[in-house]
Amino acid sequence: MTGTSSPVLEVKALTMDFGGLRALDDITIRVGSGEIVALIGPNGAGKTTFFNCITGIYEPTSGDMIAHPPGKAAKRLNRLKPNKVTEQGLARTFQNIRLFQKMTVLENVMVARHCRTRSGIAGAVFRGPKTRREEQEMVEFSYRMLLNVGLEKYVNELASELPYGAQRRLEIARAMATEPFLLLLDEPAAGMNPKETGELDELITRIRDEEGLSILLIEHDMKLVMSISDRIYVLDYGQMIAQGTPKQVAENPAVIKAYLGEAFDA
Amino acid sequence: MEWKPLIRRAGSEIFKSSVAAVWFMFLTFPLMVIKISPLDRTIEWRWMRMVYVGVGAFLLSFIWRYMLERKETGAEKSEADSWQKRAGNRIRSDRMIFVPILAAIGAFVIVFPFMFSSYQTSIMITALMYVMLGLGLNIVVGLAGLLDLGYVAFYAVGAYFYALMNHHFGLGFWAALPLAGAMAATFGVLLGFPVLRLRGDYLAIVTLGFGEIIRLILENWNEFSFGPSGIAGISRPSTFGIKLTLQEHTVYLYYIMIMLVLFTILVVGRLRNSRIGRAWIALREDEIACQAMGIDKTKTKLMAFALGATWAGFVGCILAAKTTFINPASFTFMESAIILSIVVLGGMGSIVGVIVGAFILILLPEYLRAFSEYRMLAFGASMVLIMVFRPQGIISGIRQRYEFHGKAREEVRT
Repeated sequence: MTGTSSPVLEVKALTMDFGGLRALDDITIRVGSGEIVALIGPNGAGKTTFFNCITGIYEPTSGDMIAHPPGKAAKRLNRLKPNKVTEQGLARTFQNIRLFQKMTVLENVMVARHCRTRSGIAGAVFRGPKTRREEQEMVEFSYRMLLNVGLEKYVNELASELPYGAQRRLEIARAMATEPFLLLLDEPAAGMNPKETGELDELITRIRDEEGLSILLIEHDMKLVMSISDRIYVLDYGQMIAQGTPKQVAENPAVIKAYLGEAFDA
Repeated sequence: MEWKPLIRRAGSEIFKSSVAAVWFMFLTFPLMVIKISPLDRTIEWRWMRMVYVGVGAFLLSFIWRYMLERKETGAEKSEADSWQKRAGNRIRSDRMIFVPILAAIGAFVIVFPFMFSSYQTSIMITALMYVMLGLGLNIVVGLAGLLDLGYVAFYAVGAYFYALMNHHFGLGFWAALPLAGAMAATFGVLLGFPVLRLRGDYLAIVTLGFGEIIRLILENWNEFSFGPSGIAGISRPSTFGIKLTLQEHTVYLYYIMIMLVLFTILVVGRLRNSRIGRAWIALREDEIACQAMGIDKTKTKLMAFALGATWAGFVGCILAAKTTFINPASFTFMESAIILSIVVLGGMGSIVGVIVGAFILILLPEYLRAFSEYRMLAFGASMVLIMVFRPQGIISGIRQRYEFHGKAREEVRT
């Protein structure tokens, strides 16, 4: 896959200022349908800020963010609240795992079905056939998500009691349950051992192939990034310093400089 | 070899407790040891008392430290928790145990007013009112995680709504009850809007202020609320033409309360495991992740405030009908604090916990009257102890479990 397929997300000239600090400077990114795109860069480069802008947690200073949901009209994401962004079909995970600790694994996923279901207070109190059907569907759908990431044996465990790698996968299952067309993964492999990272690699590729999702991920694990990504964008101090295929990026002198410092700048 | 660190530990514990003992001896010295008799101008030195204080403080400090240690190492926690989980699961899953227990409680509840005096029944009505208040506040604090210190405001709204409607328009109890709930819900939304952006301590302060504002309005707006003198002669719940004595009225109200509490348990129990309930808990657990999962924070918070307030409105209406007299003094911050204590002490998010909490906090002080001056001391001490050793409350909330067999699914409620 290359950047020529029809886009699902276009970010144009995105700039984000925090007071006098320019965290993101004129960033333009494009994710094509079915692509796995990686966003890399040293700590503090602005990668998570970029995610927070897209998902409505921050309001960018300037620039445009446009989503192209498959089969629907394009939608400008600027000024949308986070829950509206998710409703559009962009789902994210978090760098520092943000699960609902005191809910069970299944419930964590069921929460993500909220924006695709309707029943309200009256439904909850009277439990009519419609509510029960919806609840049933919600449980089944969520269970399928857990099967998908291999967490079915933990259904009734509390999220806080899961092993670390499983918590990361639960975040992915939860994001998937909102039925997104674009999945935003913020350092999904952070803290994982090489075996778990390998499984994650396989999981992300499988999600892309089977569910037809596009994926934008932030990652520090270069082995994972190089093996999984179709294209890579490199940020440093809020600037876009390089972009291209994994091979192009790996050979880019600016990238090597950003990662290894001046001493290696031959 | 294994003994050495243990002995060193014990030595350090004894030292720490000794320091605590000496400190307490010093602190209580003027109070406990010196006794000045102004009449015969003598000073009595009661040194023995100092020894008692020292020994007492040493032992208490030692026990305290030991319990904390156990709690930290998790020995007690996992033991108690697994015991509770097992017992809880067994009680709920095994019909042989569950049904008889429920039947026994049910029978006791039904015959209660005939077994005990009217006074006891009246106390029980109060306890049941607090059960309802606790379950209502549990929606806001326990489920949605919004610390509300002004819950009493909605209680006041419900009470004054019925009192004023009854006074001016002669509105009956049964018509006023749902309206009082709706009125309180409206106030819940009114409070909800300005505090949407607030969380934790900030929210607590604002709700505290809101509670005081409502009370001060009721106290000072004489034309509207009759000020501190309150409203008297409010009608008791109508009995559809049947004449009842005062005692019979108490029994009648008792059964009304039982029905309403059952209704509350049903509604709150169902809400807790519904789409809305899960959204509340998600909001409590992590606001940012909750929004990122597509939940409208504004709507969810307002719903929690409105629904929590509804219950306070109901109980307010009942209070007015029970006492036939209300004034602003019934709606002080102390009430909010007690209701909040019920929720926290009983166990946030747990229905059984809140019921147990309400009975402990309302009935214990009543029956401890025998120990008159020590009653509030015992009350306070037990609250401190529970919070230190069981911060999750007496009974912690248990989530619904689901069972899956292959592809087919069977929902098992435990």
